[in-house]
Amino acid sequence: MGSCRQSHLRRLENESIHIIREVAAEFDKPVMLYSIGKDSAVMLHLALKAFYPSKLPFPLLHVDTTWKFKDMISFRDHTVQQYGLDLLVHTNAEGVKNNINPFDHGSANYTHIMKTEALKEALTKYGFDAAFGGARRDEEKSRAKERVFSFRSANHGWDPKNQRPELWSLYNARVAKGETIRAFPLSNWTELDIWQYILAEGIDIVPLYFSAKRPVVERDGTLLMLDDDRFKLQPDEKVEHRNVRFRTLGCYPLTGAVESEADTLEDIVSEMLIARTSERSGRLIDHDSSGSMEKKKREGYF
Amino acid sequence: MNKIAQVKNAFDLTTYISAQESKGFLRFLTCGSVDDGKSTLIGRLLYDSKLLFEDQLAALEKDSRKHGTVAEDIDLALLVDGLEAEREQGITIDVAYRFFSTDKRKFIVADTPGHEQYTRNMVTGASTADLAILLVDARKGLLTQTRRHAFIASLLGVRHVVLAVNKIDLVDYNQARFEEIKAEFESFSSGFDFDSRQVIPLSARYGDNVTSASENLSWFNGPTLLEHLETVELDQHTSETAFRFPVQWVNRPNLDFRGYSGTVRGGAISVGDEICVAQSGKTSRLERIVTMDGDLLRAENGQSVTLTLTDEIDISRGDVLTPAKARPDMSDQFAAHLIWMSENAMLPGRPYLLKCSTKTVSASVTEIKHKVDVNTFDQHAAKQLTLNEIAFCNLALSEPIAFDPYEVNRDTGSFILIDRMTNETVGAGLIWFGLRRATNVHRQALDIDQKARGRLKGQKPAVLWFTGLSGSGKSTIANAVEQKLHSLGRHTYLLDGDNIRHGLNRDLGFTDADRVENIRRVAETAKLFVDAGLITLVSFISPFKAERQLARDLMEEGEFFEIFVNTSLEECEARDVKGLYAKARTGQIKNFTGISSPYEPPEKPELNLKTQSKTVDDLADEIVERLLNDGYIGTDNSWVI
Repeated sequence: MGSCRQSHLRRLENESIHIIREVAAEFDKPVMLYSIGKDSAVMLHLALKAFYPSKLPFPLLHVDTTWKFKDMISFRDHTVQQYGLDLLVHTNAEGVKNNINPFDHGSANYTHIMKTEALKEALTKYGFDAAFGGARRDEEKSRAKERVFSFRSANHGWDPKNQRPELWSLYNARVAKGETIRAFPLSNWTELDIWQYILAEGIDIVPLYFSAKRPVVERDGTLLMLDDDRFKLQPDEKVEHRNVRFRTLGCYPLTGAVESEADTLEDIVSEMLIARTSERSGRLIDHDSSGSMEKKKREGYF
Repeated sequence: MNKIAQVKNAFDLTTYISAQESKGFLRFLTCGSVDDGKSTLIGRLLYDSKLLFEDQLAALEKDSRKHGTVAEDIDLALLVDGLEAEREQGITIDVAYRFFSTDKRKFIVADTPGHEQYTRNMVTGASTADLAILLVDARKGLLTQTRRHAFIASLLGVRHVVLAVNKIDLVDYNQARFEEIKAEFESFSSGFDFDSRQVIPLSARYGDNVTSASENLSWFNGPTLLEHLETVELDQHTSETAFRFPVQWVNRPNLDFRGYSGTVRGGAISVGDEICVAQSGKTSRLERIVTMDGDLLRAENGQSVTLTLTDEIDISRGDVLTPAKARPDMSDQFAAHLIWMSENAMLPGRPYLLKCSTKTVSASVTEIKHKVDVNTFDQHAAKQLTLNEIAFCNLALSEPIAFDPYEVNRDTGSFILIDRMTNETVGAGLIWFGLRRATNVHRQALDIDQKARGRLKGQKPAVLWFTGLSGSGKSTIANAVEQKLHSLGRHTYLLDGDNIRHGLNRDLGFTDADRVENIRRVAETAKLFVDAGLITLVSFISPFKAERQLARDLMEEGEFFEIFVNTSLEECEARDVKGLYAKARTGQIKNFTGISSPYEPPEKPELNLKTQSKTVDDLADEIVERLLNDGYIGTDNSWVI
């Protein structure tokens, strides 16, 4: 039990640092999944704190679907350089060869091949036994019951009915050869906590989170940004330039923008406080079916 | 002022951040069964604290039509029942964590199922909770499960309890009914050591007295549930505990910096204070408290920091830094409450891994003092522990660890047990006190050692551990090997399962617990014989991997030969020399290995004897040759042959 005199943000910070160090100390080959978004930014910031003055004792891994926003990639490369990080980038080569893309193959198929399969491929290729992810329990109902150290079978599957009990701050880090864990140091954070922490700590985030005039089209009620010329317009669609920003970042054809004037961190936080839709609503992959996240996670999705 | 105006008109960054910085934190758990409206209550707290977003509400309405158990309106419980299986069955199986906050505090709610078969889930939720809400249905009043929940909360050190008398609408907001339940609760809960207890009438479904006071309950003078959660005073014990710092990670970026990273688990420390390493007793002074945001002068409970000391002393992960004048206990034996969390029973004597703070050691339960009936609190004798059972036990560890009693420090007084084979978390423990007997019985150092005895006999002593099904040929082969070794002039002894059971182990039966003890005694005996310089042959079914591992761990590296007498069940049953399989098949013998009790074949035995189509003599030669090749018996005495 931490002292109650600490503020809630400091308590979350201390808990996350403890988790990150525990993984580094107990596993042979950990890796930090780096998705470039705000949660990854916070997780990376916490990891830098955890090991200071040492450098990160593990590499970062970015699963690049080749459909990320251009701004994300340049932000990633800048961050890596700034902190002298060791970054691995992995893309599902088979998927690229077959030109698997979000437009022609549907979000479910595309995500399975370019994200889930690619991630499994990378973990197997490098032999990582633990992978950090920035997921939070407040994001989605099946995440609310997932452990901080979430055990995965040798083929990366999650069995929600067979999870290890997690008590106090004691984490069971034992795995057999071939088995792995996903570690979620941000489990107890909420979206608002993330923004408050970014604000309090002055953490750099991708400019796409801030409002700017961007080229968008409205498709099925979602505002999609035209990040490059691979975006094929349908006959009745027309490109507009609107002041938009993103509350969550992923592959640009699958990430909805929101209309907003918030172009500073302060504005974003105040917008958050009056927001009426949760951030994952901008993610097209969660809505496929109720319980769809649980299904994906059983198959090995983060 | 409403939130929008507050934010838009007067958004001042500095004030806002400092308000966030001072916001408190409360973790609580809700106990009760599905019928008590537990998930509905949490759903209500989320709903009323306006933390539901439009899309979540839309999903809720959709889900309510599909799974809802409340006919006319949205079913708040569906907000928190997350996994598909749970939604289909309408119950909460696992622990779910929920988050909401008010201007005063951020809350983490552990939502745990209430039925007895989910005791382990409640224990998990209680382990990190400051407060427990015990939920009862106003129509039913206190039930057996309320007593169980209060007991578990108290055992796990939850300091505050709230009795939420829910569904008060269904007794027409009747004050007399409420007072009756309240009086009963106060009389029975006075036996528990809680810092605060509060009884609150409410209706989760209609929102009475959850976040705002209700006209219907105008007779009630106490706080609403949320008011109580926002104001209950928490910080009564933390300042008294001694400084504890379990080292997580040695921070060594270069030769000039050597720091110890970890989280403070009790008390506080300031630069210049004297520090002692609990395990080695070495002392030094605190030089710096390092963080990425700059050095600190003082670190207190809960802070994750990196410490450097003025002296270079040997410290590694698992060591605990403490004040020299307030050291934790050090012992390799202690008494603890153990909560069993696995489908596989806990057997005394079976070795498990024990993790306490950042230290992991090998441990086994030496004695179950008594089992606790969680409903009546009665104590019973027990030979083993099954899923969800709680017992007071003695444990023995492979080496001493530093710890505090759980009631003094929840972090340094708690541990988990991990199965060595499956790596599952199988138990959780709360330490009460160290057992001093072990520390006062010092090992006698002897001058004539195993090596000296072995040299005199011209051999390297070892254990040949024959394992296999009944009737696989273990004893026959062991016998043949012993004859061959004897004729080579070697000194041997054969411990045979059946023979030992007539003497040393005649008090043991064939339950899993007795089988474990059986093997433990044989392994210890074999160890003494190896120490005496003998090549010791052990012929035991020894069906469980864990016990064979125990025997292996007792011996030194290279002293243990696991010999798998690999005869198929069909073959053994076809032979059935002693007629045992026939009896087992008809149920005359219970717990018979291979039939009604499992046999776990070795994964990496030193020798795997495939018995089919080979003679006993060939198989025995195979073993003797291996001993020759590996230098356990020399060829210098070849004249004997």
